[in-house]
Amino acid sequence: MDVEILARIQFAFTVAFHYIYPPLSIGLGLVMVFMEGQYLRTKDKTYEVLAKFWTKIFALTFGIGVATGIVMEFEFGTNWATYSRFVGDIFGSALAAEGIFAFALESGFLGVLLFGWNRVSSRVHFISTVGVWLGSMFSAIWIVVANSWQQTPAGYQIVGEGVNARAEVTDFWAMVFNPSSVERILHVWIGAFLAGAFLIISVHAYYLLKGRHVELSKKAIKIALGIALISSLAQLVTGHASAEVVAEHQPAKLAAMEGHFEENAPADLYLFGWVDKEAKEVTGLAIPGGTSFLTHQDFNEPIRGLDSFPQDEIPTQINAVFQFYHIMIAIGMGLIGLTILAAFYWWKGTLFDQKWLLKILVISVLLPQIANQVGWFTAEMGRQPWVVYGLLKTSNALSEVVTANQVLFSLILFFVIYALLFTLFIYLLNKKIKHGPDESPLKDQRPRQREVSNAFSN
Amino acid sequence: MGTFIGIEYSTWWFLIVGALFSGYAILDGFDLGAGAWHLFLKKEESRRIALNAIGPVWDGNEVWLVIGGGALFAGFPVVYANMFSAMYIPFMLFLAALIFRAVAIEFRSKEEMAWWRTMWDVSYSVSSILLALLLGIVLGNILIGIPLDENKQFTGHWLSFLNPYAIMVGVTTLAAFMMHGAIYLGLKTKGKLYAQIYQFLKRAIIFFVVSFIIVTVYTLIYIPHLTDKIQNNRWMFVIPVIAFLAIANIPRLATKKKFLQAFLFSSLTLAMLLVIVALELYPTIIYNTADPAHHITVSNAASSSKSLKIMLIMAAIGIPLIATYTYFVYKTFWGKVELDEHSY
Repeated sequence: MDVEILARIQFAFTVAFHYIYPPLSIGLGLVMVFMEGQYLRTKDKTYEVLAKFWTKIFALTFGIGVATGIVMEFEFGTNWATYSRFVGDIFGSALAAEGIFAFALESGFLGVLLFGWNRVSSRVHFISTVGVWLGSMFSAIWIVVANSWQQTPAGYQIVGEGVNARAEVTDFWAMVFNPSSVERILHVWIGAFLAGAFLIISVHAYYLLKGRHVELSKKAIKIALGIALISSLAQLVTGHASAEVVAEHQPAKLAAMEGHFEENAPADLYLFGWVDKEAKEVTGLAIPGGTSFLTHQDFNEPIRGLDSFPQDEIPTQINAVFQFYHIMIAIGMGLIGLTILAAFYWWKGTLFDQKWLLKILVISVLLPQIANQVGWFTAEMGRQPWVVYGLLKTSNALSEVVTANQVLFSLILFFVIYALLFTLFIYLLNKKIKHGPDESPLKDQRPRQREVSNAFSN
Repeated sequence: MGTFIGIEYSTWWFLIVGALFSGYAILDGFDLGAGAWHLFLKKEESRRIALNAIGPVWDGNEVWLVIGGGALFAGFPVVYANMFSAMYIPFMLFLAALIFRAVAIEFRSKEEMAWWRTMWDVSYSVSSILLALLLGIVLGNILIGIPLDENKQFTGHWLSFLNPYAIMVGVTTLAAFMMHGAIYLGLKTKGKLYAQIYQFLKRAIIFFVVSFIIVTVYTLIYIPHLTDKIQNNRWMFVIPVIAFLAIANIPRLATKKKFLQAFLFSSLTLAMLLVIVALELYPTIIYNTADPAHHITVSNAASSSKSLKIMLIMAAIGIPLIATYTYFVYKTFWGKVELDEHSY
């Protein structure tokens, strides 16, 4: 295999693995902020017990997120040297801003969040939790800004040529607020809220089914379900807004997402399907002209198809882009249905009696994770063959001095380490869940109740 | 290139990157050093105390590396791209060790079994040692220089990072961190463990002084580009003199059990050694051994004036913020380690 494909596999593998964790940290962080906020407001110890329990799981996801994130930063330099020189002037300032404004905030307060329970007041602890959560949110902003610039470059000029060509900032704010930044940041944030909220829903639904930590779990599910309901509906809006940006600025990506080949015809909207790239047709169920309608509010408005682009400027893996995109949409719709249904039973007061629904909620933790992954695969594979859209091709972005054998070595290294890491993560997560929250602080009040009931039974 | 108080933005950024890596060496230096000593502690409780001494801060310390790397990428993309791709294997091993170390710290306390704890103790300590060595090896290659072609691309063999000089710098870095880490552990422990750490510190000082002398003598004799600037500018002698005084102060303060002052002087030592490196290299960043007329320098590797200006503003806002959080965290966890139910 050649260096390009190995380097791409390595980057895709390491970034996909990394992306399991930061969304969980952002989402869990949000729910923890609510839990601690509720504790400060109501002085109900249950919320503090919940916050302490989820802090332990947060520590696990955060730790792996940091460790696997440094890998991403270094890989730009080690594997994608030409890319790094090309985008350094622009991307560098986003990464520097992330480090200075986000990571420092996050990691500064993390020590207090994890180890400071007995050392600072609950108010200072709450502020630390908010600090860590905000840090993770800021971090997402800068990383998505950098990636969005690669999708829709703005505020730059090209200086130099060949391996020494580079994009220089001409307008910082135009670079930061490039055409796709805002929509994509919101989409990523909300995807992260869903990942965190559904982990909490899943774990506490499991406790309810087992009859453990019942009161605690009801409170946790209510907080997380509220967040999940709003998020799943909002995700439809940000998703649509992101797709409109793709339609305007990355027409070849949109055409690949919907398997639309014809040069200038109305584009259908597939619910599902299979793309035959050779025959240039899609077999599946579609709303005729649906994509044209969503983009132009007109079923007959033509949309540029893949045939209208130079054939070396369209994605090679069209079916993959199509499938990833449609899996994401299907899951998004499924999450809306699921959260509305759960909210309906909550409103009726019978949510916690619906065993079948609780069972679905237990396994639903996988859905936002899959949607987040395939969403990124759509965005990144749909951008190919470009690494910076319209400016730099992926095949020209590599490190010239790194050989295929070196990349193969590091790819195997990461594969082994991450397999081990993932096994340990699942093992420890499972163990923490089985162990459950430590309810002993709540028992201060209970002996009295037990005495009362004992008095009655005697 | 724009200027601020008469100094070009690119030079300011050189100073900032240097300051960030010095901050990293001082902060992560003590927790890597503490990790290097870990297997020398035999008792479970001692190991837990040592681990919890760095528990609340190691992650924040590592962030300095992330920020330093980001600052290098942002300010000198050519250095970042060409150096990282030239040092592919050491950087990949570095990343692997970094992951093993983070995971070991996180996972060690999660099970009671002896084999589990031993496995993570070994993983933690070996990866701490490896990280210190690899940092030093990369630094050694920057000091001695690497061969580059006309496009400033690396032309050497992929194994050439393992040259004797780089290995010596690697060993010296490990020794400096072990000394620094032992002082930090001395600050955080008491009783028998404290007495044991004090013995470690004495050995670490000897290890550091011996390896430092070997590297210095070798550098003075064989690497003129690392010594000529100070030799030609008499006033600059003040910096190595401060460094030597700082080093000499460490054993003096350690015998008096003044660990806080000793820690400040070992921090000063690390900073001064990096100042000497920066002073000797500037304006070169990567010395080209194949063609001494074409180095990678502060001016030919820097980002645009505009980009550097934006980032200098960010740094001016951000660095005081970072200092504030860092102060807050260290203040919260100040004093000897007390294990509680939230400890590792």
